[in-house]
Amino acid sequence: MQFTAMILSNIEVSPGYWRMRMTAPPECATASPGQFIMVRVNGAIDPLLRRPFGIFDIGTYRPSQSGAQPQPFLEILYRVVGKGTAMLSTLHSSDLLDVLGPLGKGFALGKPDEEKLIVGGGVGLAPLYLLAKELVKESKVRLFAGGRTRDDILCITEFERLGIESYTATEDGSLGECGLVTEALLRRLDRLQRSATIYACGPHGMLNAVAQIAAERSIPCQVSLEGYMACGVGACLGCVVPGRSHSPETPDFRCVCTEGPVFESGELKWRE
Amino acid sequence: MNSVMKPDMSVILAGIMLRNPVMTASGTFGYGEEFAQYIDMETIGAFVTKGLSLKARAGNPTPRIVETPGGMLNAIGLQNVGIDAFIAKKVPYLRSVNTPAIANFFGSTVDEYTEMARRLDEIVEVAGLEINISCPNVKQGGIVFGADPGSAASVVSACRAVTKKPLIVKLSPNVTDVVVMARACEDAGADALSLINTLIGMAIDLNRRRPVLANITGGFSGPAIKPVALRMVWQVAKAVKVPIIGIGGIMNAVDALEFMLAGATAVQVGTASFINPGAAQKIAEDMEAWLISNGVDDIKSLIGAMET
Repeated sequence: MQFTAMILSNIEVSPGYWRMRMTAPPECATASPGQFIMVRVNGAIDPLLRRPFGIFDIGTYRPSQSGAQPQPFLEILYRVVGKGTAMLSTLHSSDLLDVLGPLGKGFALGKPDEEKLIVGGGVGLAPLYLLAKELVKESKVRLFAGGRTRDDILCITEFERLGIESYTATEDGSLGECGLVTEALLRRLDRLQRSATIYACGPHGMLNAVAQIAAERSIPCQVSLEGYMACGVGACLGCVVPGRSHSPETPDFRCVCTEGPVFESGELKWRE
Repeated sequence: MNSVMKPDMSVILAGIMLRNPVMTASGTFGYGEEFAQYIDMETIGAFVTKGLSLKARAGNPTPRIVETPGGMLNAIGLQNVGIDAFIAKKVPYLRSVNTPAIANFFGSTVDEYTEMARRLDEIVEVAGLEINISCPNVKQGGIVFGADPGSAASVVSACRAVTKKPLIVKLSPNVTDVVVMARACEDAGADALSLINTLIGMAIDLNRRRPVLANITGGFSGPAIKPVALRMVWQVAKAVKVPIIGIGGIMNAVDALEFMLAGATAVQVGTASFINPGAAQKIAEDMEAWLISNGVDDIKSLIGAMET
Protein backbone atom coordinates (compact mmCIF):
# COMPACT_ATOMS: atom_id res chain seq x y z
CA MET A 1 0.00 0.00 0.00
CA GLN A 2 1.00 3.61 -0.49
CA PHE A 3 0.75 6.01 2.44
CA THR A 4 1.94 9.32 3.82
CA ALA A 5 4.04 8.89 6.94
CA MET A 6 4.86 11.58 9.45
CA ILE A 7 8.38 11.48 10.79
CA LEU A 8 8.44 11.14 14.58
CA SER A 9 12.20 11.20 15.03
CA ASN A 10 15.38 11.01 12.94
CA ILE A 11 18.53 10.45 14.98
CA GLU A 12 22.15 9.79 14.07
CA VAL A 13 22.94 6.66 16.07
CA SER A 14 26.56 6.31 14.92
CA PRO A 15 28.62 8.47 12.55
CA GLY A 16 26.85 8.24 9.17
CA TYR A 17 24.07 5.93 10.41
CA TRP A 18 20.57 7.16 11.18
CA ARG A 19 17.47 5.75 12.76
CA MET A 20 14.14 7.18 11.71
CA ARG A 21 10.75 6.59 13.27
CA MET A 22 7.59 7.39 11.29
CA THR A 23 3.86 6.91 11.66
CA ALA A 24 2.29 4.06 9.74
CA PRO A 25 -1.21 2.84 8.93
CA PRO A 26 -2.65 -0.13 10.89
CA GLU A 27 -1.85 -2.50 7.99
CA CYS A 28 1.87 -2.03 8.73
CA ALA A 29 1.55 -3.30 12.29
CA THR A 30 1.54 -6.85 10.94
CA ALA A 31 4.52 -6.48 8.59
CA SER A 32 6.76 -9.51 8.90
CA PRO A 33 10.45 -9.25 9.82
CA GLY A 34 12.53 -8.85 6.68
CA GLN A 35 9.95 -6.88 4.73
CA PHE A 36 10.93 -3.46 3.44
CA ILE A 37 9.48 -0.10 2.45
CA MET A 38 10.19 2.18 -0.52
CA VAL A 39 10.54 5.81 0.55
CA ARG A 40 10.28 8.85 -1.66
CA VAL A 41 12.66 11.34 -0.11
CA ASN A 42 10.90 14.40 -1.55
CA GLY A 43 8.36 15.28 -4.21
CA ALA A 44 10.93 16.65 -6.66
CA ILE A 45 12.54 14.79 -9.58
CA ASP A 46 16.00 14.59 -8.01
CA PRO A 47 16.30 12.15 -6.38
CA LEU A 48 13.81 10.58 -8.76
CA LEU A 49 13.36 7.05 -7.50
CA ARG A 50 12.26 5.72 -4.15
CA ARG A 51 14.85 4.21 -1.82
CA PRO A 52 14.36 0.76 -0.28
CA PHE A 53 14.82 0.31 3.49
CA GLY A 54 14.37 -2.77 5.64
CA ILE A 55 11.94 -2.35 8.50
CA PHE A 56 14.01 -2.08 11.69
CA ASP A 57 11.21 -2.00 14.22
CA ILE A 58 7.45 -1.66 14.56
CA GLY A 59 5.60 -0.39 17.60
CA THR A 60 2.79 1.76 18.85
CA TYR A 61 3.07 5.52 19.00
CA ARG A 62 1.05 7.17 21.75
CA PRO A 63 0.78 10.91 21.08
CA SER A 64 1.12 13.05 24.18
CA GLN A 65 -1.88 15.24 23.30
CA SER A 66 -5.00 14.22 25.18
CA GLY A 67 -7.57 12.55 23.01
CA ALA A 68 -5.12 11.61 20.27
CA GLN A 69 -5.39 7.97 19.23
CA PRO A 70 -2.42 5.61 19.47
CA GLN A 71 -1.18 4.49 16.08
CA PRO A 72 1.52 2.18 14.72
CA PHE A 73 4.99 3.47 13.97
CA LEU A 74 7.75 1.87 12.01
CA GLU A 75 11.46 2.50 12.06
CA ILE A 76 14.25 2.28 9.53
CA LEU A 77 17.98 2.20 10.15
CA TYR A 78 19.98 3.65 7.28
CA ARG A 79 23.45 4.67 6.27
CA VAL A 80 24.08 7.89 4.37
CA VAL A 81 25.57 6.64 1.10
CA GLY A 82 24.36 9.08 -1.54
CA LYS A 83 22.16 12.02 -2.37
CA GLY A 84 18.88 10.36 -1.35
CA THR A 85 19.99 9.16 2.07
CA ALA A 86 21.83 12.45 2.69
CA MET A 87 18.56 14.32 2.12
CA LEU A 88 16.69 11.86 4.30
CA SER A 89 19.10 12.59 7.14
CA THR A 90 18.19 16.29 7.02
CA LEU A 91 14.47 15.67 7.64
CA HIS A 92 12.90 16.41 11.01
CA SER A 93 10.01 15.23 13.11
CA SER A 94 6.63 16.23 11.63
CA ASP A 95 8.04 16.21 8.08
CA LEU A 96 6.02 13.97 5.73
CA LEU A 97 7.22 11.07 3.60
CA ASP A 98 5.57 9.19 0.72
CA VAL A 99 5.98 5.48 1.50
CA LEU A 100 5.18 2.26 -0.37
CA GLY A 101 5.04 -0.94 1.65
CA PRO A 102 5.41 -3.22 3.43
CA LEU A 103 6.92 -5.05 0.46
CA GLY A 104 8.59 -8.36 -0.24
CA LYS A 105 8.84 -11.70 1.46
CA GLY A 106 10.25 -11.72 4.98
CA PHE A 107 12.00 -14.31 7.16
CA ALA A 108 10.50 -17.69 8.00
CA LEU A 109 10.61 -18.06 11.77
CA GLY A 110 11.48 -21.77 11.82
CA LYS A 111 11.14 -24.24 14.68
CA PRO A 112 11.18 -22.90 18.26
CA ASP A 113 13.41 -25.60 19.77
CA GLU A 114 16.45 -24.79 17.65
CA GLU A 115 19.10 -22.17 18.24
CA LYS A 116 18.77 -19.01 16.12
CA LEU A 117 22.00 -17.44 14.94
CA ILE A 118 21.64 -13.90 13.59
CA VAL A 119 24.54 -12.51 11.56
CA GLY A 120 24.60 -8.84 10.60
CA GLY A 121 27.22 -6.77 8.83
CA GLY A 122 27.04 -3.00 9.33
CA VAL A 123 23.67 -1.58 8.33
CA GLY A 124 22.69 -5.15 7.47
CA LEU A 125 21.46 -5.29 11.06
CA ALA A 126 18.50 -3.15 9.94
CA PRO A 127 15.99 -5.92 9.17
CA LEU A 128 17.34 -8.25 11.88
CA TYR A 129 16.10 -6.44 14.98
CA LEU A 130 12.43 -6.99 14.25
CA LEU A 131 13.32 -10.60 13.48
CA ALA A 132 15.17 -10.94 16.79
CA LYS A 133 12.17 -9.57 18.66
CA GLU A 134 10.03 -12.33 17.19
CA LEU A 135 12.57 -15.11 17.62
CA VAL A 136 13.35 -14.47 21.31
CA LYS A 137 9.73 -15.19 22.17
CA GLU A 138 10.34 -18.90 21.64
CA SER A 139 13.99 -19.59 20.94
CA LYS A 140 17.54 -19.09 22.13
CA VAL A 141 18.98 -16.32 19.94
CA ARG A 142 22.60 -15.26 19.47
CA LEU A 143 23.71 -12.20 17.51
CA PHE A 144 26.94 -11.90 15.53
CA ALA A 145 27.55 -8.30 14.49
CA GLY A 146 30.43 -7.27 12.28
CA GLY A 147 31.80 -4.12 10.71
CA ARG A 148 34.95 -2.40 9.57
CA THR A 149 35.20 -0.26 12.71
CA ARG A 150 33.22 0.27 15.91
CA ASP A 151 31.14 2.94 14.14
CA ASP A 152 29.65 0.19 11.96
CA ILE A 153 28.33 -1.80 14.92
CA LEU A 154 24.81 -0.50 15.38
CA CYS A 155 22.17 -0.70 18.05
CA ILE A 156 23.73 -3.67 19.84
CA THR A 157 22.25 -2.57 23.15
CA GLU A 158 18.76 -2.88 21.63
CA PHE A 159 19.45 -6.52 20.86
CA GLU A 160 20.97 -7.13 24.28
CA ARG A 161 17.92 -5.63 25.96
CA LEU A 162 15.93 -8.45 24.37
CA GLY A 163 18.14 -10.88 26.30
CA ILE A 164 20.21 -11.84 23.28
CA GLU A 165 23.84 -12.81 23.69
CA SER A 166 25.90 -10.77 21.23
CA TYR A 167 29.33 -11.27 19.68
CA THR A 168 30.98 -8.40 17.86
CA ALA A 169 33.90 -8.35 15.48
CA THR A 170 35.53 -5.42 13.71
CA GLU A 171 38.15 -5.56 11.01
CA ASP A 172 40.28 -2.96 12.80
CA GLY A 173 39.73 -4.39 16.26
CA SER A 174 38.19 -1.16 17.57
CA LEU A 175 35.27 -3.09 19.10
CA GLY A 176 34.98 -6.76 20.02
CA GLU A 177 37.24 -9.23 18.30
CA CYS A 178 39.62 -8.17 15.57
CA GLY A 179 38.60 -9.98 12.41
CA LEU A 180 35.57 -11.11 10.47
CA VAL A 181 32.22 -11.84 12.05
CA THR A 182 32.15 -15.22 10.30
CA GLU A 183 35.03 -16.41 12.50
CA ALA A 184 32.94 -15.91 15.63
CA LEU A 185 30.04 -17.64 13.91
CA LEU A 186 32.23 -20.64 13.05
CA ARG A 187 33.41 -21.00 16.65
CA ARG A 188 29.83 -21.06 17.84
CA LEU A 189 28.87 -23.62 15.22
CA ASP A 190 31.73 -25.88 16.37
CA ARG A 191 30.21 -25.98 19.83
CA LEU A 192 26.61 -26.33 18.70
CA GLN A 193 24.75 -29.12 20.52
CA ARG A 194 21.44 -28.98 18.68
CA SER A 195 19.94 -27.90 15.42
CA ALA A 196 20.10 -24.26 14.40
CA THR A 197 19.03 -21.77 11.75
CA ILE A 198 21.17 -18.90 10.50
CA TYR A 199 19.68 -15.54 9.51
CA ALA A 200 22.02 -13.10 7.79
CA CYS A 201 22.03 -9.65 6.24
CA GLY A 202 25.01 -7.57 5.24
CA PRO A 203 27.53 -7.00 2.47
CA HIS A 204 27.55 -9.54 -0.33
CA GLY A 205 30.98 -10.87 0.61
CA MET A 206 29.80 -11.64 4.12
CA LEU A 207 26.61 -13.29 2.87
CA ASN A 208 28.61 -15.36 0.44
CA ALA A 209 30.83 -16.60 3.27
CA VAL A 210 27.87 -17.30 5.57
CA ALA A 211 26.02 -19.17 2.80
CA GLN A 212 29.08 -21.32 2.20
CA ILE A 213 29.48 -22.09 5.92
CA ALA A 214 25.80 -23.03 6.13
CA ALA A 215 26.03 -25.25 3.06
CA GLU A 216 29.12 -27.09 4.34
CA ARG A 217 27.42 -27.86 7.63
CA SER A 218 23.93 -28.40 6.22
CA ILE A 219 22.45 -25.71 8.45
CA PRO A 220 19.35 -23.92 7.17
CA CYS A 221 20.24 -20.35 6.32
CA GLN A 222 18.14 -17.39 5.24
CA VAL A 223 19.76 -14.30 3.77
CA SER A 224 18.27 -10.88 3.19
CA LEU A 225 19.64 -9.19 0.07
CA GLU A 226 19.96 -5.64 -1.18
CA GLY A 227 19.49 -4.76 -4.83
CA TYR A 228 19.41 -1.70 -7.05
CA MET A 229 15.71 -1.37 -7.70
CA ALA A 230 13.52 1.27 -9.26
CA CYS A 231 10.03 0.05 -8.39
CA GLY A 232 9.97 -2.49 -5.53
CA VAL A 233 6.98 -4.27 -7.05
CA GLY A 234 8.57 -6.65 -9.55
CA ALA A 235 8.29 -4.56 -12.71
CA CYS A 236 11.65 -2.96 -13.42
CA LEU A 237 13.69 -6.19 -13.12
CA GLY A 238 16.65 -4.14 -11.93
CA CYS A 239 17.21 -6.00 -8.67
CA VAL A 240 17.39 -9.59 -9.90
CA VAL A 241 19.82 -12.17 -8.52
CA PRO A 242 20.69 -15.51 -10.11
CA GLY A 243 18.97 -18.58 -8.68
CA ARG A 244 20.96 -21.79 -8.13
CA SER A 245 20.17 -23.28 -11.53
CA HIS A 246 20.68 -20.06 -13.46
CA SER A 247 22.55 -20.08 -16.74
CA PRO A 248 22.19 -17.90 -19.81
CA GLU A 249 20.46 -20.80 -21.58
CA THR A 250 18.14 -21.60 -18.67
CA PRO A 251 17.45 -18.22 -17.06
CA ASP A 252 16.56 -18.36 -13.37
CA PHE A 253 16.64 -14.79 -12.12
CA ARG A 254 14.81 -13.93 -8.91
CA CYS A 255 13.48 -10.48 -8.09
CA VAL A 256 14.90 -9.29 -4.76
CA CYS A 257 11.84 -7.07 -4.30
CA THR A 258 9.03 -9.59 -4.75
CA GLU A 259 10.61 -13.06 -4.46
CA GLY A 260 12.93 -11.76 -1.69
CA PRO A 261 14.50 -9.84 -0.12
CA VAL A 262 14.81 -12.94 2.07
CA PHE A 263 15.91 -16.14 0.36
CA GLU A 264 16.98 -19.57 1.55
CA SER A 265 20.71 -19.37 0.84
CA GLY A 266 20.51 -22.69 -1.05
CA GLU A 267 18.07 -21.17 -3.57
CA LEU A 268 20.71 -18.79 -4.89
CA LYS A 269 23.85 -19.05 -6.93
CA TRP A 270 26.92 -18.04 -4.92
CA ARG A 271 30.58 -17.53 -5.80
CA GLU A 272 32.61 -20.71 -5.35
CA MET B 1 -27.12 25.14 -10.37
CA ASN B 2 -23.57 24.45 -11.40
CA SER B 3 -23.40 21.26 -13.39
CA VAL B 4 -20.11 20.09 -14.82
CA MET B 5 -20.17 18.24 -18.13
CA LYS B 6 -17.76 15.34 -18.15
CA PRO B 7 -15.42 15.80 -21.10
CA ASP B 8 -15.02 13.08 -23.71
CA MET B 9 -11.66 11.51 -22.84
CA SER B 10 -11.78 8.70 -25.39
CA VAL B 11 -9.47 8.39 -28.34
CA ILE B 12 -9.24 5.85 -31.12
CA LEU B 13 -5.79 4.48 -31.68
CA ALA B 14 -5.29 2.41 -34.80
CA GLY B 15 -8.80 1.01 -34.42
CA ILE B 16 -8.51 0.40 -30.67
CA MET B 17 -10.99 2.36 -28.60
CA LEU B 18 -9.25 3.79 -25.53
CA ARG B 19 -11.34 5.21 -22.67
CA ASN B 20 -8.62 7.82 -22.29
CA PRO B 21 -5.23 8.43 -23.92
CA VAL B 22 -3.12 7.17 -21.01
CA MET B 23 -1.25 3.91 -21.56
CA THR B 24 1.62 2.34 -19.64
CA ALA B 25 4.93 1.82 -21.39
CA SER B 26 6.51 -1.55 -22.08
CA GLY B 27 9.03 -2.68 -19.49
CA THR B 28 7.65 -0.43 -16.78
CA PHE B 29 4.41 -2.23 -15.99
CA GLY B 30 5.32 -5.92 -15.95
CA TYR B 31 2.52 -7.96 -17.48
CA GLY B 32 -0.14 -5.81 -15.78
CA GLU B 33 -0.88 -8.10 -12.87
CA GLU B 34 2.07 -6.79 -10.82
CA PHE B 35 0.24 -3.46 -10.54
CA ALA B 36 -3.27 -4.73 -9.90
CA GLN B 37 -3.15 -3.91 -6.19
CA TYR B 38 -1.92 -0.35 -6.79
CA ILE B 39 -4.04 0.82 -9.69
CA ASP B 40 -7.60 0.49 -10.93
CA MET B 41 -6.76 -0.97 -14.33
CA GLU B 42 -10.08 0.17 -15.72
CA THR B 43 -9.19 3.83 -15.27
CA ILE B 44 -6.43 3.81 -17.87
CA GLY B 45 -6.62 3.66 -21.64
CA ALA B 46 -4.46 0.59 -22.28
CA PHE B 47 -1.37 -1.15 -20.99
CA VAL B 48 1.64 -2.58 -22.77
CA THR B 49 3.42 -5.76 -21.69
CA LYS B 50 7.11 -6.28 -21.09
CA GLY B 51 8.85 -7.02 -24.42
CA LEU B 52 8.26 -10.64 -25.40
CA SER B 53 10.37 -13.03 -27.45
CA LEU B 54 10.00 -16.58 -28.75
CA LYS B 55 12.18 -18.01 -25.99
CA ALA B 56 12.57 -16.80 -22.41
CA ARG B 57 15.51 -14.46 -22.04
CA ALA B 58 17.83 -14.07 -19.06
CA GLY B 59 18.66 -10.43 -19.65
CA ASN B 60 21.87 -8.65 -18.72
CA PRO B 61 24.08 -9.04 -15.64
CA THR B 62 23.61 -6.61 -12.71
CA PRO B 63 23.89 -3.73 -11.89
CA ARG B 64 21.16 -3.05 -14.42
CA ILE B 65 19.84 0.23 -13.07
CA VAL B 66 21.30 3.51 -11.91
CA GLU B 67 19.67 6.81 -11.13
CA THR B 68 20.96 10.08 -12.58
CA PRO B 69 19.63 13.61 -11.99
CA GLY B 70 16.05 13.70 -13.25
CA GLY B 71 16.25 10.27 -14.78
CA MET B 72 17.53 6.74 -14.71
CA LEU B 73 19.56 4.40 -16.86
CA ASN B 74 18.50 0.80 -17.35
CA ALA B 75 20.11 -2.11 -19.11
CA ILE B 76 17.74 -4.94 -18.30
CA GLY B 77 18.46 -6.66 -21.60
CA LEU B 78 14.90 -7.72 -22.48
CA GLN B 79 14.54 -10.31 -19.72
CA ASN B 80 11.15 -11.90 -20.31
CA VAL B 81 9.23 -15.12 -19.79
CA GLY B 82 8.97 -16.00 -23.50
CA ILE B 83 5.81 -16.39 -25.55
CA ASP B 84 4.79 -19.84 -24.24
CA ALA B 85 4.91 -18.83 -20.57
CA PHE B 86 3.21 -15.56 -21.50
CA ILE B 87 0.28 -17.47 -22.96
CA ALA B 88 0.15 -19.97 -20.08
CA LYS B 89 0.71 -17.67 -17.12
CA LYS B 90 0.08 -14.05 -18.09
CA VAL B 91 -2.78 -14.07 -20.59
CA PRO B 92 -5.39 -15.28 -18.04
CA TYR B 93 -4.94 -12.00 -16.20
CA LEU B 94 -5.42 -9.99 -19.41
CA ARG B 95 -8.73 -11.77 -19.85
CA SER B 96 -9.91 -10.59 -16.43
CA VAL B 97 -9.38 -6.88 -17.12
CA ASN B 98 -11.62 -4.74 -19.27
CA THR B 99 -8.75 -2.64 -20.63
CA PRO B 100 -6.94 -3.25 -23.93
CA ALA B 101 -3.61 -5.03 -23.55
CA ILE B 102 -0.91 -4.35 -26.12
CA ALA B 103 1.82 -6.98 -26.48
CA ASN B 104 5.29 -5.57 -27.04
CA PHE B 105 7.63 -8.00 -28.80
CA PHE B 106 11.01 -8.38 -30.46
CA GLY B 107 13.16 -10.90 -32.27
CA SER B 108 16.73 -11.23 -33.45
CA THR B 109 15.87 -11.90 -37.07
CA VAL B 110 13.04 -10.87 -39.38
CA ASP B 111 11.77 -14.46 -39.18
CA GLU B 112 11.65 -14.33 -35.38
CA TYR B 113 9.73 -11.05 -35.45
CA THR B 114 7.31 -12.57 -37.95
CA GLU B 115 6.83 -15.71 -35.89
CA MET B 116 6.15 -13.62 -32.80
CA ALA B 117 3.57 -11.52 -34.67
CA ARG B 118 1.93 -14.73 -35.87
CA ARG B 119 1.78 -16.19 -32.35
CA LEU B 120 0.47 -12.98 -30.78
CA ASP B 121 -2.11 -12.59 -33.54
CA GLU B 122 -3.76 -15.80 -32.29
CA ILE B 123 -4.30 -14.47 -28.76
CA VAL B 124 -7.75 -12.92 -28.53
CA GLU B 125 -6.87 -11.11 -25.28
CA VAL B 126 -4.17 -9.13 -27.09
CA ALA B 127 -5.75 -5.99 -28.55
CA GLY B 128 -2.73 -4.86 -30.51
CA LEU B 129 0.96 -5.42 -31.12
CA GLU B 130 3.85 -3.09 -30.48
CA ILE B 131 7.02 -3.96 -32.37
CA ASN B 132 10.16 -3.13 -30.45
CA ILE B 133 12.87 -2.22 -32.92
CA SER B 134 14.50 0.17 -30.53
CA CYS B 135 15.89 -1.54 -27.44
CA PRO B 136 19.31 0.03 -26.92
CA ASN B 137 20.57 -2.68 -24.57
CA VAL B 138 20.87 -5.77 -26.74
CA LYS B 139 22.77 -6.13 -29.99
CA GLN B 140 20.28 -8.31 -31.80
CA GLY B 141 16.57 -7.83 -31.45
CA GLY B 142 16.33 -4.14 -31.21
CA ILE B 143 18.37 -1.30 -32.41
CA VAL B 144 19.89 -3.32 -35.28
CA PHE B 145 16.48 -2.95 -36.92
CA GLY B 146 15.57 0.41 -35.45
CA ALA B 147 18.49 2.42 -36.77
CA ASP B 148 18.15 1.60 -40.46
CA PRO B 149 15.00 2.47 -42.40
CA GLY B 150 15.34 -0.48 -44.79
CA SER B 151 15.69 -3.03 -41.96
CA ALA B 152 12.83 -1.46 -40.04
CA ALA B 153 10.59 -1.58 -43.09
CA SER B 154 11.39 -5.25 -43.70
CA VAL B 155 10.44 -6.16 -40.11
CA VAL B 156 7.24 -4.12 -40.22
CA SER B 157 6.05 -5.40 -43.59
CA ALA B 158 6.79 -9.01 -42.63
CA CYS B 159 4.77 -8.63 -39.41
CA ARG B 160 2.05 -6.75 -41.25
CA ALA B 161 1.59 -9.72 -43.55
CA VAL B 162 0.77 -12.10 -40.69
CA THR B 163 -1.50 -10.05 -38.45
CA LYS B 164 -4.66 -8.04 -38.83
CA LYS B 165 -4.34 -6.70 -35.30
CA PRO B 166 -3.34 -3.06 -34.91
CA LEU B 167 0.41 -2.81 -35.38
CA ILE B 168 2.34 -0.16 -33.47
CA VAL B 169 6.06 0.40 -34.09
CA LYS B 170 8.14 1.77 -31.22
CA LEU B 171 10.84 4.07 -32.49
CA SER B 172 14.30 4.81 -31.18
CA PRO B 173 15.57 8.35 -30.65
CA ASN B 174 19.11 7.07 -31.24
CA VAL B 175 19.04 7.80 -34.98
CA THR B 176 20.15 10.64 -37.19
CA ASP B 177 16.63 11.49 -38.36
CA VAL B 178 13.63 10.00 -36.60
CA VAL B 179 11.34 11.25 -39.37
CA VAL B 180 13.03 9.00 -41.93
CA MET B 181 12.42 6.00 -39.66
CA ALA B 182 8.83 7.03 -39.02
CA ARG B 183 8.04 7.33 -42.73
CA ALA B 184 9.68 3.97 -43.46
CA CYS B 185 7.52 2.26 -40.84
CA GLU B 186 4.34 4.01 -41.97
CA ASP B 187 4.99 3.02 -45.57
CA ALA B 188 5.62 -0.59 -44.50
CA GLY B 189 2.19 -0.83 -42.94
CA ALA B 190 2.40 0.40 -39.35
CA ASP B 191 -0.95 1.50 -37.93
CA ALA B 192 0.61 3.73 -35.29
CA LEU B 193 4.02 4.84 -34.05
CA SER B 194 5.15 5.09 -30.44
CA LEU B 195 8.09 7.29 -29.54
CA ILE B 196 10.51 7.68 -27.99
CA ASN B 197 12.23 4.63 -26.57
CA THR B 198 15.14 5.42 -24.23
CA LEU B 199 18.17 7.48 -25.19
CA ILE B 200 21.50 5.69 -24.92
CA GLY B 201 23.37 6.97 -21.89
CA MET B 202 26.11 6.05 -19.49
CA ALA B 203 27.18 6.59 -15.88
CA ILE B 204 30.69 6.27 -14.44
CA ASP B 205 31.78 5.52 -10.89
CA LEU B 206 34.76 7.83 -10.47
CA ASN B 207 36.22 6.12 -7.41
CA ARG B 208 36.17 2.68 -8.99
CA ARG B 209 37.03 4.09 -12.43
CA ARG B 210 34.41 1.80 -13.88
CA PRO B 211 31.03 2.12 -15.57
CA VAL B 212 28.17 1.81 -13.09
CA LEU B 213 26.13 -0.54 -15.29
CA ALA B 214 27.44 -4.02 -16.04
CA ASN B 215 26.34 -3.41 -19.63
CA ILE B 216 28.41 -0.14 -19.63
CA THR B 217 25.66 1.79 -21.45
CA GLY B 218 21.95 1.86 -20.76
CA GLY B 219 18.67 3.42 -21.80
CA PHE B 220 18.05 6.87 -20.33
CA SER B 221 14.49 7.62 -19.26
CA GLY B 222 12.60 9.89 -16.90
CA PRO B 223 11.64 13.56 -16.80
CA ALA B 224 15.08 14.65 -18.04
CA ILE B 225 14.33 13.31 -21.55
CA LYS B 226 10.95 14.98 -22.01
CA PRO B 227 12.11 17.92 -24.15
CA VAL B 228 13.83 15.56 -26.60
CA ALA B 229 10.74 13.37 -26.77
CA LEU B 230 8.37 16.29 -27.29
CA ARG B 231 10.50 17.60 -30.13
CA MET B 232 10.59 14.21 -31.87
CA VAL B 233 6.84 13.64 -31.47
CA TRP B 234 6.20 17.06 -32.98
CA GLN B 235 8.57 16.39 -35.90
CA VAL B 236 7.05 12.99 -36.65
CA ALA B 237 3.47 14.18 -36.25
CA LYS B 238 4.00 16.70 -39.01
CA ALA B 239 5.44 14.05 -41.31
CA VAL B 240 3.10 11.04 -41.01
CA LYS B 241 -0.64 10.35 -41.13
CA VAL B 242 -0.79 7.46 -38.66
CA PRO B 243 -1.50 8.25 -35.00
CA ILE B 244 1.37 8.74 -32.60
CA ILE B 245 1.83 7.61 -29.02
CA GLY B 246 4.01 10.09 -27.16
CA ILE B 247 6.49 8.65 -24.66
CA GLY B 248 9.32 10.20 -22.70
CA GLY B 249 9.48 11.50 -19.16
CA ILE B 250 5.75 11.91 -18.60
CA MET B 251 5.32 12.41 -14.85
CA ASN B 252 1.99 14.21 -14.65
CA ALA B 253 -1.09 15.36 -16.57
CA VAL B 254 0.56 18.55 -17.77
CA ASP B 255 3.36 16.55 -19.41
CA ALA B 256 0.82 14.23 -21.04
CA LEU B 257 -1.28 17.11 -22.39
CA GLU B 258 1.83 18.77 -23.82
CA PHE B 259 2.55 15.61 -25.80
CA MET B 260 -0.99 15.72 -27.18
CA LEU B 261 -0.55 19.33 -28.27
CA ALA B 262 2.67 18.26 -30.00
CA GLY B 263 0.65 15.76 -32.02
CA ALA B 264 0.24 12.60 -29.93
CA THR B 265 -3.12 10.79 -29.96
CA ALA B 266 -2.18 8.84 -26.83
CA VAL B 267 0.70 8.75 -24.38
CA GLN B 268 2.63 6.11 -22.50
CA VAL B 269 3.69 6.56 -18.91
CA GLY B 270 6.93 4.73 -18.13
CA THR B 271 9.43 5.61 -15.42
CA ALA B 272 6.69 7.39 -13.43
CA SER B 273 5.06 4.00 -12.72
CA PHE B 274 8.26 2.90 -10.95
CA ILE B 275 7.94 5.82 -8.56
CA ASN B 276 4.17 5.66 -8.14
CA PRO B 277 2.62 2.41 -9.31
CA GLY B 278 -0.68 4.27 -9.63
CA ALA B 279 0.85 7.09 -11.71
CA ALA B 280 -1.04 6.31 -14.94
CA GLN B 281 -4.41 6.42 -13.16
CA LYS B 282 -3.55 9.69 -11.44
CA ILE B 283 -2.42 11.23 -14.72
CA ALA B 284 -5.64 10.21 -16.48
CA GLU B 285 -7.75 11.66 -13.65
CA ASP B 286 -5.78 14.90 -13.57
CA MET B 287 -6.04 15.26 -17.36
CA GLU B 288 -9.80 15.05 -17.10
CA ALA B 289 -9.78 17.64 -14.30
CA TRP B 290 -7.67 19.93 -16.48
CA LEU B 291 -10.13 19.61 -19.34
CA ILE B 292 -13.03 20.43 -17.03
CA SER B 293 -11.37 23.47 -15.53
CA ASN B 294 -10.32 24.71 -18.98
CA GLY B 295 -13.71 24.12 -20.59
CA VAL B 296 -12.46 21.56 -23.10
CA ASP B 297 -15.22 19.06 -23.84
CA ASP B 298 -13.31 16.61 -26.05
CA ILE B 299 -9.70 15.62 -25.52
CA LYS B 300 -9.34 14.85 -29.23
CA SER B 301 -9.49 18.58 -29.86
CA LEU B 302 -6.05 18.90 -28.25
CA ILE B 303 -4.25 16.51 -30.60
CA GLY B 304 -1.71 18.51 -32.57
CA ALA B 305 -3.34 21.74 -31.40
CA MET B 306 -0.12 23.54 -30.51
CA GLU B 307 -0.10 27.00 -32.08
CA THR B 308 3.13 28.25 -33.55
